[in-house]
Amino acid sequence: MPISLKNETAVAGIGLTEFTKNSGVSELSLAAQCIKAACDDAGVSPSQIDGLVTYTLDTTDEIEVARAVGAGDLSFFSRINYGGGAAVGTIAQAAMAVATGQATTVVCYRAMNGRSGKRMGQGVSGVISSSDLIHWSWYTPYGMLIPGSWIAMIANKYMHQYGVTREDLGRVAISQRNHALRNPRAYGYGKPLTMEHYLESKQIAEPLCLYDFCQETDGGCAILVTSAERARDLKQKPAVIRGVTQASTRGQEQMTSYYRDDLLSLPEMELAARRVYAMAGLGPDDIDAACLYDAFTSEIIMQLESFGFCGIGEGKDMVRDGALDIDGRLPNNTHGGLISEGYIHGMNNIAEGVRLIRGESTGQPPKAVEHVLVSSGVGVPTGAMILGQAG
Amino acid sequence: MTARIKPPMELDNAWWWEMAAAGKLGIQRCLGCQTLRHPPRPMCGECHSLDWDAVEASGKGVICSYTVLRHPQFPGYEYPLIIVLVDLEEGTRVTSQLVGCEPEDVDFGLPVEMLIQEDPDGFKLPVFKLAGAA
Repeated sequence: MPISLKNETAVAGIGLTEFTKNSGVSELSLAAQCIKAACDDAGVSPSQIDGLVTYTLDTTDEIEVARAVGAGDLSFFSRINYGGGAAVGTIAQAAMAVATGQATTVVCYRAMNGRSGKRMGQGVSGVISSSDLIHWSWYTPYGMLIPGSWIAMIANKYMHQYGVTREDLGRVAISQRNHALRNPRAYGYGKPLTMEHYLESKQIAEPLCLYDFCQETDGGCAILVTSAERARDLKQKPAVIRGVTQASTRGQEQMTSYYRDDLLSLPEMELAARRVYAMAGLGPDDIDAACLYDAFTSEIIMQLESFGFCGIGEGKDMVRDGALDIDGRLPNNTHGGLISEGYIHGMNNIAEGVRLIRGESTGQPPKAVEHVLVSSGVGVPTGAMILGQAG
Repeated sequence: MTARIKPPMELDNAWWWEMAAAGKLGIQRCLGCQTLRHPPRPMCGECHSLDWDAVEASGKGVICSYTVLRHPQFPGYEYPLIIVLVDLEEGTRVTSQLVGCEPEDVDFGLPVEMLIQEDPDGFKLPVFKLAGAA
């Protein structure tokens, strides 16, 4: 009988650094700071950490940060590939490790000088492995060098097919900016965004303009996972992991899955949806709020369909109905998300999911929040997680 | 002017660029089941044969999707840069550039034709133009 991860583990602590455009400190320092903060939040000593998980793109080695925070014996360490596609995958690793006894206290972290150091928006680096390098080389000689260029190809096709307008993308950007106006940590705090301003902004990769892109950010974010049973005795209200999965599907490329028959949906996200709902024993109607991965606004509209919140081609209608707003059907990225809080590769969206379960978000919806859906990167091997209240 | 980024020339992909340098748009063909595939891979995902050859595409297709890149602007490329996803008449799809066309004239479903572009440094790559355009 396979082990189900349903309700076995919980997020007991979250830790974040300040988010800035120039941290002035090393990525190791950011990692150590957010991990210490997650331990403080949970009420456990860093010496109790026995597992660490991060992204392959993270520059901070597990043992470097283990020494920095004074961790003791480690029995589990692991990394996940594919940029922001790793986000929920790190939690899946931690949950499996805890549920199977490989470790008791696993911290997942992502720390990056994403603005002052290596910028995602500055093009593909040469420091990538060989089959990966050949993959990118079908695009780089033609000038497709940045994530926005790769996503725009899918976004344009999807928008053309279903009548999604620039105003619809603008509605997503503005909804999340409105959330950020309540969040002092957010880049968008104190910076309202109007539709007029959105529509006048610089075109980057048509149909995507400046405000459709996430914020290159310096900062760190850590998530502490332990058993659901132990989490009940720790400092914070647990965010129980109802279900968590990774997902990649046939014909998958990293950002450029252009050769599938259907370019109008996100097959890997649909797989994540099927698996996470099945594991949790829940469906879209059970989800009260979401933190859908939002490197680009178009990804939000497509994911509403992937996760079954509406029918195919109806994502725009949900957005027009105000579904993503604080009093809407599915308040989404209530911290501002990657677009208006900061881009910590999706880890900060997981932290917001935990806050929503605790009832502590600066964008806490007026309704009860029993379940929150969180997703990983779009257009890459990805994953999804459902967090819930402790029983 | 700095030149465009060049592809690595490795076992699994160099042949395609060599065909381009010879003026041809190549499509990999499985010798086990005759399935055409792009981008190239060393094994057929249908029949798992490692044997393949390449056919020369007609160069005719229609625009499946596109984007117009404006910022940031990297050395070696001309902006606005129109990138197209082309459904070739052979049935495979290829990512390329649309040349000789203003951004307002590109659209879904337009027929296109391949031509080989040669850079000042001698590098050649397949690009597309609207069918019938000069």
